[in-house]
Amino acid sequence: MSTTSDKLYHNRRIKNALALFLSGAAALFGLFWLVWILWTTLRTGISAMKPGLFTQMTPPPGSDGGLANALFGSLVMSVVAILIGAPIGIAAGTYLAEFARKKPIGEAIRFVNDILLSAPSIVLGLFVYTLVVHTTGHFSGWAGSLALALIVLPVVVRTTDEMLQLVPSTMREAALSLGVPQWKVTLQVLYRSALPGIVTGILLALARISGETAPLLFTALNNQYWTADMAQPMASVPVVIFQYAMSPYDSWHALAWAGAFVVTVFVLLMSLLSRAILLRNKASHD
Amino acid sequence: MTDAQFATVSAVAPTVAAVQGVAKSAPKMAARDLDFFYNGFHALKNVNFEIAEKRVTALIGPSGCGKSTLLRVFNRIYSIYPKLEAKGEVLLDGENILDPGYSLNRLRSKVGMVFQKPVPFPMSIYDNIAYGIRHHEKLSKSEMDVRVEQALTQGALWGEVKDKLKQSALGLSGGQQQRLCIARAIALRPEVILLDEPTSALDPIATGKIEQLVAELKDHFTIAIVTHNMQQAARCSDFTAFMYLGELVEFGDTETLFTKPAKKQTEDYITGRFG
Repeated sequence: MSTTSDKLYHNRRIKNALALFLSGAAALFGLFWLVWILWTTLRTGISAMKPGLFTQMTPPPGSDGGLANALFGSLVMSVVAILIGAPIGIAAGTYLAEFARKKPIGEAIRFVNDILLSAPSIVLGLFVYTLVVHTTGHFSGWAGSLALALIVLPVVVRTTDEMLQLVPSTMREAALSLGVPQWKVTLQVLYRSALPGIVTGILLALARISGETAPLLFTALNNQYWTADMAQPMASVPVVIFQYAMSPYDSWHALAWAGAFVVTVFVLLMSLLSRAILLRNKASHD
Repeated sequence: MTDAQFATVSAVAPTVAAVQGVAKSAPKMAARDLDFFYNGFHALKNVNFEIAEKRVTALIGPSGCGKSTLLRVFNRIYSIYPKLEAKGEVLLDGENILDPGYSLNRLRSKVGMVFQKPVPFPMSIYDNIAYGIRHHEKLSKSEMDVRVEQALTQGALWGEVKDKLKQSALGLSGGQQQRLCIARAIALRPEVILLDEPTSALDPIATGKIEQLVAELKDHFTIAIVTHNMQQAARCSDFTAFMYLGELVEFGDTETLFTKPAKKQTEDYITGRFG
């Protein structure tokens, strides 16, 4: 004999199973493409890996070569971009969180920063092209770094701002109650508390710019040869991938896959590292 | 009752005579005709209140009555937030600390504060104590060691942490963290310590330790404590003020206030009829 409540319970179980199935299917659908992309990159990338990849220059069509100049260029330009973007970003984020909280000027800056955060990276490239490449008359590694720094900047501003806002206000009150001025409290107490989050933001920004192509296309351009001179046009992995993947040559395709593999692994490592930092910090707080 | 010829102070109709009667000697700190506004909201209404030297003064009252607000005026910690405003006078040894010319640095080195939730800084136990001292004084390593030990001993924590001073303070238990915060405030050798519901996040055993500590500390410091717990006020304070809706309803020595309250509102609150 079934009562009303039994029936209700039965219906609810069916609805539950249906909802569970639908959300599971949606997750699988999304993951499917992601795994496919990763799998193809890893499979094709690994088979294109060879010892010369890190020692030889990008080759002309038909001859043998590697990605040494592109990897070096990417590394140097990314590091310089972080060195330019991160300190300014941290300073600006600190201003927003500690000195302009709930003030109209802070809200305005935050809004503009969000626009910069979602600005298409090609626009940033064009901006630097007009500003630097056009005025100096040639493409350069500096221009590339500057374009990448403009991508780093809003990411670091946002994470610094958010991480400092997450520091409980009681921590500020406790430190200020000791008669220590605000700038000292910020540097010596609040930064310590927010540091893992800020470092994570910088690592994620590094991961992001290591795969950016558009802002480098008309700033750093490309370079077939080895150069450590940032005033010269510089090769980078994403631009080489772009150029080689569009070409009709199989040997270039293989190098593009190898480059894609290296960038993917690098981004993965950065994500894992930032996760490890956050987890370690969480563990020490519990 | 000799040192406490207490007149009850009514915020509704404060009189100079009533305020004068509170302590024989001049009070360590005093609020005179104090009004406080949160973004226009009138949170403290014409409060007259005194903190007697080397005594424990408790502030009780239902949530939102303004007792924490009042405490937070005494070291001007409220001023870190925009749109908060205090009007009137708050005296420390006769000087008005609300005067913009009164140095915040100086005020806060004299008037320390401990908060509801323990907030150890993300650094070692030693550095937590040394942090404030380093800002105010130049000490050698050995002098600093002595000061840190003194503060932790006074905070009744030394025995538990002396072998792990270099460890992170975040690894201490809640009760230990709160004693660390008290020790950190003591380390600056302040004259007044403000305790804002210091035991509300702690278990009964840790609470007992803090109350015992407060009793020991009043030999050296002037203490004001905000508490939700009426038994706590009765146990560890010499004077008690009852606040309601931003007004100081009754203020007197603790025993009288709890046994023979002068106002109906006070009686209703302490007998549990509201709040």
